[in-house]
Amino acid sequence: MPPESVALAQPATKPTDRTAARARAVRNRTLLVQGCRLLVLAAVLGLWEWFARTGVIDPFNFSMPSRIWDQIWTWTAHGTAQGPLGAQIWATLYEALYGWVIGVAAGVLLGIALGRVRFLADVFGPYVKILNAMPRIVLAPIFLIWFGLGPASKIASAVVLVFFPVFFNAFQGAREVDRNLVANARILGASDRRVTFQVVIPSATSWIFTSLHISFGFALIGAIVGEYIGATEGIGLLVANSQGTLNSAGVYAAMVILAVVALAAEGLLTLVEKRLFRWKPVQPGAER
Amino acid sequence: MTHHTSPAIELRGAGKAFRTPSGALHTAVRELDLTVERGEFVAVVGPTGCGKSTTLTLVSGLEEPTEGEVLVGGEPVRGIGGDVGFVFQQDAVFPWRTVLSNVMAGPRFRGVAKTEARERARDWLARVGLSAFEDRYPHQLSGGQRKRVALAATFVNDPSILLMDEPFSALDVQTRALMSDQLLELWAGTGSSVVFVTHDLEESIALADKVVVMTAGPATVKEVFTIDLPRPRKVEEVRLEPRFVEIYREIWSSLGEEVRITRERGTADAA
Ligand SMILES: Nc1ncnc2c1ncn2[C@@H]1O[C@H](COP(=O)(O)OP(=O)(O)OP(=O)(O)O)[C@@H](O)[C@H]1O
Ligand SMILES: [Mg+2]
Repeated sequence: MPPESVALAQPATKPTDRTAARARAVRNRTLLVQGCRLLVLAAVLGLWEWFARTGVIDPFNFSMPSRIWDQIWTWTAHGTAQGPLGAQIWATLYEALYGWVIGVAAGVLLGIALGRVRFLADVFGPYVKILNAMPRIVLAPIFLIWFGLGPASKIASAVVLVFFPVFFNAFQGAREVDRNLVANARILGASDRRVTFQVVIPSATSWIFTSLHISFGFALIGAIVGEYIGATEGIGLLVANSQGTLNSAGVYAAMVILAVVALAAEGLLTLVEKRLFRWKPVQPGAER
Repeated sequence: MTHHTSPAIELRGAGKAFRTPSGALHTAVRELDLTVERGEFVAVVGPTGCGKSTTLTLVSGLEEPTEGEVLVGGEPVRGIGGDVGFVFQQDAVFPWRTVLSNVMAGPRFRGVAKTEARERARDWLARVGLSAFEDRYPHQLSGGQRKRVALAATFVNDPSILLMDEPFSALDVQTRALMSDQLLELWAGTGSSVVFVTHDLEESIALADKVVVMTAGPATVKEVFTIDLPRPRKVEEVRLEPRFVEIYREIWSSLGEEVRITRERGTADAA
């Protein structure tokens, strides 16, 4: 901000004038977009609250923003029936992160291996396709039977959800490596191992990162569904209990909390990505 | 003893056929006979798509001939040898490595210690005039600068066989002349054997000891011309010599015919 205002204060020559005008236009647009965003949010929440209070929609089923806010506040200040809210968030986050890390590690490892070694791809290819075609979320009850009420069953659900998108992207990434780069590395003296680590993996990282974004969402889903089916703590259990006591505000409140957690994780990932991909040209107009 | 007397590169009836996606065989080059002596600079010219790049991949060991033999230093080529350098037609610098790191890649792949690799890389970056750019990533360079990175990355390995596939075709005329002179200087210092593919007949005459003209694809060697212009040469100056023009006319009468055949084929395909 300050540099532009300084430029504006001076009697500017023609080109700087134009630059300043453009900067101002950009700033105005940003303000406009953000203002409209806030307006949309306020309108949706306001209408919701208004409809619920006037009885256009049933507040028992649909709740209303003020009640949801009260619920979050109560949980934050006095804890939930299952214990402090922080512990619930942490339980879910722990399961999701654990499952995510395992799923990502397995997906990247196997994806690169199958992408690099033709024989492995030919042998395991059909099985991977079959497993991917199954609706894996139905495995959650089976994991509950296998691993019990503790975190292990949720971690397992998260792993099977995370694994496949990561695997397929890593596999594709390893397959689509520029043949010229591989040829160049080999001419320069790289062994097969070096080609894998110094050419294939770096060029597959942008593919892998694309899948990391969506797969953390999947990990959360795995953990939540697992908790919902049977657990001793976690946000999924919070949803299940709220539903059991016909507390719709509780269900919505849990959703809001989850959304915040997911967004925070996404932000963290983007930060890491920015550091890792300094070598990439910034696409004009592209903004994540 | 054979090691010292055998030529640097020898192609004996070499041919390469690719299997196309439809399963048919496509012959890219056939019955290639060519000898490159040690320390010799050979330029290869031929119409587009005739099989020049394919010939280089056979010598480099990236591809195996489907017919005949390819010998480097008297030994049949098996896989990629240690003393071959290859400047590719397409951009082949690693986009995730900085300029310095790109030039260090070769020595590092070959097990040279980091500090020594860095020293050698800096030395070569200075020679191609990119010292100020060592921290940049390739996408922050111009096409010509990227090409120079590729040259430095190849030369830093000290190859005794240097394969270059239209290395200067992406450069503007002035930079090209500059780089050509630089290449001649570098080559004179190393004594390596060079196979230099180009579309540009003038460039080939200005640089080489021998110009090989290939036929329209599937290519084979049509004629070999010895260039008897004295060295050291400056490409911009040698172009003006009467002998240069004479040689140019002679080779063009051979090459022009093949170019015409290729062009007629192209229009026939399009029709
Ligand atoms: N991997 C491949 N599979 C199938 N056909 C190929 C392959 N590589 C090259 N060819 C074919 O072989 C022929 C010779 O290709 P090559 O790249 O050697 O030509 P070139 O002389 O280098 O052409 P240019 O001057 O345009 O670079 C072409 O017809 C091309 O389509
Ligand atoms: Mg070519």
